Amino acid sequence: MDLSLLTRRSEHEWAIEPRGKMRVPGVLFASEPLVRAMDHKVYEQVTNVATLPGILSASFAMPDAHWGYGFAVGGVAAFDPEEGVVSAGGVGFDISCGVRSLRTRLTRAEIDPRKKELADALFHTIPAGVGSRGQIRLGAEEMDRMLRGGARWAVERGYGEAGDLERVEERGAMRDARPEWVSDRAKARMRDEVGTLGSGNHYLEVQEVVEVFDEAAAGAFGLRTGDIVVSIHCGSRGLGHQIGTEALKEMLEAGQRYGIDLPDRELACAPIRSKEGERYLGAMRAAINVALANRQAITHLAREAFASVLKQADLTLLYDVSHNTCKVETHAVGGRPREVYIHRKGATRAFGPGHRDLPDALRSVGQPVLIGGTMGTCSWVLVGTESGMARSFGSACHGAGRAMSRHQALKQWHGRHVVDELEGRGILVRSPSLRGVAEEAPGAYKDVTEVVDATERAGLARRVAKLVPVVVVKG
Amino acid sequence: MAFAAPRHEHFAHDADIGVRGRGRTLAEAFAQAGMALTAVVTDPATVQETLSVALACESSEPEGLLFDWLNAVVFEMATRDVLFARYEVEIEGERLRARGFGEPVVVERHQPAVEVKGATMTALRVAREADGSWVVECVVDV
Repeated sequence: MDLSLLTRRSEHEWAIEPRGKMRVPGVLFASEPLVRAMDHKVYEQVTNVATLPGILSASFAMPDAHWGYGFAVGGVAAFDPEEGVVSAGGVGFDISCGVRSLRTRLTRAEIDPRKKELADALFHTIPAGVGSRGQIRLGAEEMDRMLRGGARWAVERGYGEAGDLERVEERGAMRDARPEWVSDRAKARMRDEVGTLGSGNHYLEVQEVVEVFDEAAAGAFGLRTGDIVVSIHCGSRGLGHQIGTEALKEMLEAGQRYGIDLPDRELACAPIRSKEGERYLGAMRAAINVALANRQAITHLAREAFASVLKQADLTLLYDVSHNTCKVETHAVGGRPREVYIHRKGATRAFGPGHRDLPDALRSVGQPVLIGGTMGTCSWVLVGTESGMARSFGSACHGAGRAMSRHQALKQWHGRHVVDELEGRGILVRSPSLRGVAEEAPGAYKDVTEVVDATERAGLARRVAKLVPVVVVKG
Repeated sequence: MAFAAPRHEHFAHDADIGVRGRGRTLAEAFAQAGMALTAVVTDPATVQETLSVALACESSEPEGLLFDWLNAVVFEMATRDVLFARYEVEIEGERLRARGFGEPVVVERHQPAVEVKGATMTALRVAREADGSWVVECVVDV
């Protein structure tokens, strides 16, 4: 991105001053090298979002922002409930894609001798990759219960424990989900996919805490150096995508009817207070529940796999975050609290200390913010801060982001070599597809550490712990 | 001018992938774009023809028809766990009717790399080349 287009507000905050049809400024949180490396498309997309009706404060981009459909991935925008719009492109197609991390009460020293068995057990227990199917086949009524109940439904079905739910956003079940507004085609794509990891950049990793940056927060999160944690990255599978695709078409027509001027088709949106807007919100909330149910079911499978290899394992939730959502939250706008509809696309909710939605055990510290890296580098646990609440409506980065296309990656790496090279470094990879591994090679991604550093320096969230992969199950 | 054989190809697009089909007719180009979808997942040469699936869609614009066609193929791939080795496509005005020939996914043989989740409206294009042939393209989300 051309720096001359931006006003530098501070070391890690850059503004696009309002011009033309922009209603608010654009604000990018990133270091100078990250801004320079960003595609010019991010500039255009942040600018486009700033033109949408009812947008409040600014159109934000997180440090890992890159080109997306309509909104940039890493885009955050809050809208007024009466004047504002909701956009499927502002949520992303993999609705409620997110990360769940579990503590295990195990240390690296305990798992090392059993690592191979553990990797095999996880790979055999958790369906991953194209064409994999779950153990549950949902009839029409059960489907609707899942769409309404999310992780809560999964726990009621025996997939996990009631105590898990308080460490999931929305306490495990997104309110106001409307299964009747989810199409039959979307439901058909989910009939037997609960408890499957999917493919692409989705994974389950066994990770070691290698460094702690904030002893107090790490203590509250139950993390110490040498501890083993499990992280699951996946979303709402085909159902979320089907809802997004159908909404995109419906909103394109609706937008014209409501006289919304669109600079880009993928930015299609509808007024929050319109039939189309409400239909999308109801269906999107149901898709959030699918992702929550899915991560809960996978948690159950991970517990089974661990129990079969390491009986002393005790997997408890650290937290579960979603990074593709639109939610109703209360934030300070112009110095007073008000209700807003906030889109976070490839951005993690990062509530600061004291927030009423956090469970008792975490309230005084702040929300765990779980950031996925690559299978060869590292992942991060951050914590939400008061300054993040003020700067970005309580939002932070979400991950590394690709540095090159799948095509380029395939030319550059062989799956077998990637697996062997990682094994040489003590990381066991299990995947049904070597081509998939090549396309997801660590070198195809940007440096997540640079993103996390910028997130902290911009005041959006604070670093708590660094995790490195030990076992990777890749879809 | 000699016309090159119908073919499919990919073009790079950030985190996702572009599919492109070329053909002497619009229907042939659509069929090739469908083959490009298979190639996102696996080498189409590894896919056998043991079953066939009927597909249909309708749209008033050519780009809309391509968007709906690719999404219809994705839906069948996702819900039936199949890969297609070949398509027969007919387009009459706003209506498309097709048959896809393929087989269920066999993980060991196909080594499926990634699921295609859907077509997008990015780089969505239906165009006629100078030699009268057709090219259709679209970025698909994976």
